[in-house]
Amino acid sequence: MSHTGYHPVLDPTHAAPFPKAVLPVLRNPQLRKNVAHAIDVIQAKRGKLVAEKTDWQELRTAASAIRTHALENLDFYLEQFEERCTAAGGTVHWAADAAEARQIILDLLREENASEVIKIKTMTSAEIQLNPFLKAKGIRAYETDLAEIILQLGEDEPSHIVVPALHVNRSQVREIFSRTMGLKDLSDEPRELTNAARNYLRRKFLDIPTAISGANFLVAETGAVSVVESEGNGRMCLTLPRTMITIAGIEKVLPRFQDLEVMLQMLARSATGERMNPYTSLWTGVTPGDGPQKFHVILLDNGRSSILAKKTERQTLKCIRCAACMNTCPVYRQTGGHAYGSVYPGPIGAILTPQLMQMHYAQTLPFASSLCGACYEVCPVKINIPEVLLELRSQVTNIERKHLSRFLDPMYLGLRIANLIFSRAWLFHTSQFFGRFGLGLFTRKDGWIHSLPSVGGKWTQTRDLRGLPNQTFHGWWAARTKEAK
Amino acid sequence: MRASLFITCYNDTLFPETGRAVVKLLEKLGVELDFHPEQTCCGQMHANTGFRGEAYCQAKRFVRMYQDTEHIVIPSSSCVAMIRDQYPGLFEQLGNEDLRKQFAAVLPRVYELSEFLIDKLKVEDVGAYFPHKVTYHASCHGLRGIHLGDRPWRLMNKVRGMEQVALPNLDRCCGFGGTFSVKNGEVSSAMLAVKLQDVMSTGAEFCTALDNSCLMHLGGAMHRQYAGMRTIHLAEILASTEAAPAEALA
Repeated sequence: MSHTGYHPVLDPTHAAPFPKAVLPVLRNPQLRKNVAHAIDVIQAKRGKLVAEKTDWQELRTAASAIRTHALENLDFYLEQFEERCTAAGGTVHWAADAAEARQIILDLLREENASEVIKIKTMTSAEIQLNPFLKAKGIRAYETDLAEIILQLGEDEPSHIVVPALHVNRSQVREIFSRTMGLKDLSDEPRELTNAARNYLRRKFLDIPTAISGANFLVAETGAVSVVESEGNGRMCLTLPRTMITIAGIEKVLPRFQDLEVMLQMLARSATGERMNPYTSLWTGVTPGDGPQKFHVILLDNGRSSILAKKTERQTLKCIRCAACMNTCPVYRQTGGHAYGSVYPGPIGAILTPQLMQMHYAQTLPFASSLCGACYEVCPVKINIPEVLLELRSQVTNIERKHLSRFLDPMYLGLRIANLIFSRAWLFHTSQFFGRFGLGLFTRKDGWIHSLPSVGGKWTQTRDLRGLPNQTFHGWWAARTKEAK
Repeated sequence: MRASLFITCYNDTLFPETGRAVVKLLEKLGVELDFHPEQTCCGQMHANTGFRGEAYCQAKRFVRMYQDTEHIVIPSSSCVAMIRDQYPGLFEQLGNEDLRKQFAAVLPRVYELSEFLIDKLKVEDVGAYFPHKVTYHASCHGLRGIHLGDRPWRLMNKVRGMEQVALPNLDRCCGFGGTFSVKNGEVSSAMLAVKLQDVMSTGAEFCTALDNSCLMHLGGAMHRQYAGMRTIHLAEILASTEAAPAEALA
């Protein structure tokens, strides 16, 4: 049991459906307070920094165009990246799915006789569930990002893709560090907590010669890999170890080095509300005498090329993982990330996860949105998330409505009947009449409905519903027209 | 000026007073209003729940019904957003060339109520009188869906006697989201609780909006909690005069 009071499950094949998974969170005031506070702070910073860019909308258009072009020519740019990275001394591996990627990494680590490995924060490694796999094979992976350390030591899971421990407050961090590092007198002063983490990390940086990273961008033109971070732990992992293994989704490629000009501006402002990331690292293959002397890149497909093949859904792959969508999402603000049952939570997770799962799992995620459109408005690469949500909802519904249990589900039945009713005005008007009669049975003397059965009960659990008025609008209009004659 | 009122299914059934207010308001402004008796629903509920084929049935009905209509006025921003954002995809995917042409002809003639007043009738002062303290909820579809911009305020600023109180976190969703409010009833309720705090903090007598769906959500919670505030569609405020106050005040 983690300190959050429940077991987060981030494996979509095992996670509870979203409406169920949210329940323990909604009953956890501390967690909700932590999440709301953290994202309000990030949101305010982002808002300020976006406002100071007078050309923000033009930048969004440019960023979207760069990403769209890269995806439309992905085969070309991936091969170019492979060629240039190889020429610079790197080794490129291709992994069709998570299992293949894990095996490649394991083989590389065994080649190095590694029993331990240090890691820069990488959500892609979480996507392929690398840490538990390595642990089972006898290799210990040490996270070096502060938030990831908190989660690793606290036996917790990330709830956000940029700020993974956003649901944990500093007194909880103090408790975790004090317990796992044996520091009895640790206070919850940020300075002391940082020092504790620094001491914990320093030996790992010095002793462990193998590192794993993700990538924010791959540059096809030069074969370079880029990672942005805020703590310098990435810089340490990129300089001290002998061997660096980078895992990156195939969509991470940018055509030209110059494209970073736009993308780095958008990423920093959107993700952490900063003009520039504190540490922006770029490395191209290996450089004799400087940094890792062996460098591997694993290009991971894991369902991405099937997303690429679909017209509406393709835009999902434009994502640069800034998390602005989850920071602005009113659903995420209430639930945090764990309820999404995936390493990718929030609006982007709601469209990406079910697609990575080929729509076999995470089918409740496309419905985990009120379609308020805030995510689309902030997205730096203009992913129309509501549009993709609707497309996926339609796919899920098409799968589900064929099942007998769904056929009789009140919601499905109701919507099919509603369509019949809406298709003929006389039937609509008759239904209004009988609806008024039916709901009249539930309407109290004050003219309001306080409790309804079945699906309606989901409404009346927290809201009343005004009883149906005696006259519909069209009834009033008809009477008025008649009177006028 | 002639216009046809698309009242929307839920206003017809649940909020006829909003429809009556729109009629009163537009006729006062000299609009020759008519009402297509065959109208039912725009299909939004089906589209947003993944029932695309069913939504398309309603989209087709709408487009055929209003082929020869000069202006279609809709007092619900989310239904207007449905027509503008989702109909194109439905006709693209499921329609034929003929229907796409018919839709293209209808689309520019669809107006949300405040758009019709400001853009078409070029009026801001509709002669309304509403001596009450009011806070305006900018519904997501009004704000981000169809970009109503400052139209609602240009209308509200001219209402005599009305005191406006700004709603904090104006751009945050109330948690309704159609079937979201029952499919994810608990999250929706949590969002509603946060929104209601902001709404109540204004100390207004009425919370208004251009979309009765949000107001049904907020109003339902206000009633449940015996909160000292009510909801009212902006059309009813705009139609309210000294001689004939809004029905809600009766």
